[in-house]
Amino acid sequence: MRFRLTDDQRALKSATRELLDRLRPPKALRADASGGAPRLDRVMWAALAEAGVFALRLPEDAGGVGLGAPEAVLVFEELGRALAPGPLVATHLAAGRVPGAATGETVVTRADGGLVAWLDEADVVDGGPAGPAESPAPGPGGRTAPGAGGLSGGPWGGPASGPGAQGAVPLRSVDPLTPLHRVPGPAADGPWDPAAALLTAAEQLGTAGRVTELAVRYAREREQFGRPVGSFQAVKHLCAGMLVRTELARAAVYAAAVTGDPAETAGAKLLADEAAVANARDCVQIHGGMGFTWEADVHLHLKRAWVRARSRPTADEAAETAALALAESAGESTGPPVPNQAL
Amino acid sequence: MDFGLTEEEAEFRAELRSWLATTLPRLPPKPSPDDWPGRRAYDTHWQRLLYDAGYAHLHWEAAPGLRLVFLEETELAGAPYVGANFVGLLHAGPTIAAEGTPEQRERWLGPILRGDEIWCQGFSEPDAGSDLASLRTRAVRDGDDYLVTGSKIWTSHAEIADWCELLVRTDPDAHRHRGISWLALPMDAPGITVRPLRTLAGTAEFAEVFLDEVRVPVANRVGAENDGWRVTMVTLSFERGTAFVGEVVACRRTLAALAVRARENGRWDDPALRRRLGRLHTEFTALWRLTQWNVSEARAGGGVPGPGGSVFKLRYSGARQELYEAAAEVLGPDALDLDREWAVDRLSALSYTIAAGTSQIQRNIIAERLLGLPKGGA
Ligand SMILES: Cc1cc2nc3c(=O)[nH]c(=O)nc-3n(C[C@H](O)[C@H](O)[C@H](O)COP(=O)(O)OP(=O)(O)OC[C@H]3O[C@@H](n4cnc5c(N)ncnc54)[C@H](O)[C@@H]3O)c2cc1C
Repeated sequence: MRFRLTDDQRALKSATRELLDRLRPPKALRADASGGAPRLDRVMWAALAEAGVFALRLPEDAGGVGLGAPEAVLVFEELGRALAPGPLVATHLAAGRVPGAATGETVVTRADGGLVAWLDEADVVDGGPAGPAESPAPGPGGRTAPGAGGLSGGPWGGPASGPGAQGAVPLRSVDPLTPLHRVPGPAADGPWDPAAALLTAAEQLGTAGRVTELAVRYAREREQFGRPVGSFQAVKHLCAGMLVRTELARAAVYAAAVTGDPAETAGAKLLADEAAVANARDCVQIHGGMGFTWEADVHLHLKRAWVRARSRPTADEAAETAALALAESAGESTGPPVPNQAL
Repeated sequence: MDFGLTEEEAEFRAELRSWLATTLPRLPPKPSPDDWPGRRAYDTHWQRLLYDAGYAHLHWEAAPGLRLVFLEETELAGAPYVGANFVGLLHAGPTIAAEGTPEQRERWLGPILRGDEIWCQGFSEPDAGSDLASLRTRAVRDGDDYLVTGSKIWTSHAEIADWCELLVRTDPDAHRHRGISWLALPMDAPGITVRPLRTLAGTAEFAEVFLDEVRVPVANRVGAENDGWRVTMVTLSFERGTAFVGEVVACRRTLAALAVRARENGRWDDPALRRRLGRLHTEFTALWRLTQWNVSEARAGGGVPGPGGSVFKLRYSGARQELYEAAAEVLGPDALDLDREWAVDRLSALSYTIAAGTSQIQRNIIAERLLGLPKGGA
C-alpha cells in the first residue's frame, strides 16, 4: 500500500500548474470577470487540449494520453485552483465519444443539477453520460476494475447530443466567469454521475487549497495594531481550520480516484464542497473590507465553489449515499460495538 | 497512489486473521474500568500474546504498511486495543527508540513490547498544561542521581505504571525551553505519592503525582541534559501523529453498530438523522484515508512524524465527539443511562479535544508550524 503521489504524478501536477500560470495569469481573471458576458477563450481551450487535459484517460492507441482517474483528479485540482473557465468536466468526459472533444475542437457541456453551464459557447450538449467506450468491465463483486477509478460505470448512458438542454432559460449567473442556464425536468433528478462528481470534487479541492494560500498570504502582509493580522489568534485559527478541511478533502478525493467506489466518491464531493465553500468564505473574512470588493479575487473563488457545490451530488444526496453505504457495511459487520478506549 | 497490499502485507493479513480467530475466543472477560489490577493484568496479558506471536513490534516498526493492516484487522476482529500500554507502546517506547542510547533501548524496549512494564506520562503540571514549557518540577544533581521534587497532574494510568516519562527542570536559570530534561522515573521509588482523580465519566482514569526528593539515576535521562524540550517534541509528535490512528477504525465500527441500532428502533427513517450518520461515515472514512496518506508519507520520509499529526488530531477528536452526540440522538432516553455502554463513551469523548494538546493548541501549531503565520499575539 502506497497512498502517496508517485514521482510521475507529482511532475504532472506541477507541469499543469505551470501551464495554467502561463495561460491564466491572475490579471486575466480580473479582466474576464469585469468584461460582461464571458466568452470562452478558444486559444486557451486548444492549449489545454494540447496539454492532454481532455484526452488524458483515452488509451494511447486512440490518440489519448493513457492515464487514469488519479491523474485526472490531479489535473482537475489544478484547473480548479486556477479557476480555469469552461465546461472542462463535461468535455473531458465526452472525449472518445464526442468527435473533437479530446482535441479541443468541440466544446461539450452537459446539464447537471438543474443547470447547464456555457450553453451559448458550447458546440454540443451532452445528453448523458459515459457510453460503452468509457465503461470497463466491472471487477469482482460488481465494483469497477482497479485503476478505472471513479470515472466509469453507472446506470446512465446515452447519445452524444441529447435533449439535455431543452427549454433552457438563461439566468444572471452569480459567478461572473460561468454563464448558466436553468433547465427544467428530469435533468435534476435520477442517478448522478460519479465521474462528474469526482472531477468536480477535484476542482473544489483546488479551490480549497488556493483560497487557503490567499488567506495566509494576506494575513502575513496586512498589518493592524502594529503587526500582521496573522499574528492574531482568531485569524490563525480560521487559517488552521482551512488547512484541516483541505487536507481531509484531499485524502477523500485522491482515495476515491483510486478505489472508484461510488459512496466514497459521494463522500469526496461532500467534503470537497464543504472545504471549498467554507474556506472561500473564511478567506473573504480574512481579507476584511477588501474581501467584500470586486478588487480581490476571493469572491470569484467563492462564487465558483457555490456553482460546483450545486452540481450533483449535492450535500443531501451525498449524505444519503453515504448513509446507504453505512447501512450496507453495518449489515456485514459482526460483533459488539467497540468499547471505550482509555487514553 | 494505490491501496493494493504488497505480497508481504497480504500474507501478513491472512496470517494475522487466522491468529486472531483462534486467540480472541480464549481471552478472559474484560475487567471493569475501575478495576486497576484487573485492567493491568488484562492489557499486559494481551500484549504478551501479541509478543509471543511476533506482532508486538508493529507499533514502531519501519514497516508502517504492516501497522495499518494490523490496526485494521485487530479492530475489525474486535480485539483489545493498547489499553494501559498506551504510553509505553505509542509514545515513550518510540521516543526511546529514536532518542535513547543502546543501553536505554536494551533496558526499556523489551519489557514494553513483552507487556512486562507499563508506562505513564508525567508532562502536565497544575500550572503547566498547554504552556508545558513553564513546568516547575525540578531535578537537582546529586552525584549519579537527580533529586526530583514537584508535582504532576492528569497522569493517566499512574496507579498501575512501573515507569513514568517525566519532564523536569534541570536548569532554572536557562530560557524556559532550554532548561528541561526528559527522565525515566521508576514509579516505585521512595518519595512518590499518587492521588487518584475522578473524571466526569465517574472513573478514576488519571491521578496527581507528588514527588518529594525522588532519586532518579542520571543514566535514566533520555537525550542530553537541558535538551529535553527537543525530546519532548519527539514524544508529542508520536502522541499526536500516530497514537490515535487505530481508534478511527474503532469509531467506524461504533458507527456501524449505531446504524444497526437506528434501523432497529426506527430512527433511521428520520432523514436528518440518517444524513447525519451518513456524513459521519464519510468523515471517518476520510480520516482513515488521511491516516493511510500520512503513514505512506512518513514511510517515505522515515522516522519521526511531523506537525501534520495535528491536522489529524484536531479533526479526529472533534469527529469523535460528534459521533457520540449523534449516538445520543439515535438512542433517546438510553443515552442518559450510565448502565448502557454509550453514555460513558459519550462522556469520555469529551476528553479528546483536551488531552494530548487541546484543539486550540493544535490550531496554533497548524497555523504557526504548517502555515508559517507569525508567532505570539495569543
Ligand atoms: C483524559 C485526559 C488524560 C490526560 N493524560 C495525561 C497524561 O497521561 N499525562 C500528562 O502529562 N497529561 C495528561 N493530560 C493533560 C493534558 O495534556 C492537558 O489537560 C492539556 O494539555 C490542557 O492543559 P490544561 O488542562 O492545563 O488546560 P489549560 O492549559 O489551562 O487550558 C485551559 C483552556 O485554555 C485554552 N488555552 C490555553 N492556552 C491557550 C493558548 N495559547 N491559545 C488558545 N487557547 C489556550 C485551552 O485550550 C483550554 O481551553 C490528560 C488530560 C486528559 C483530559
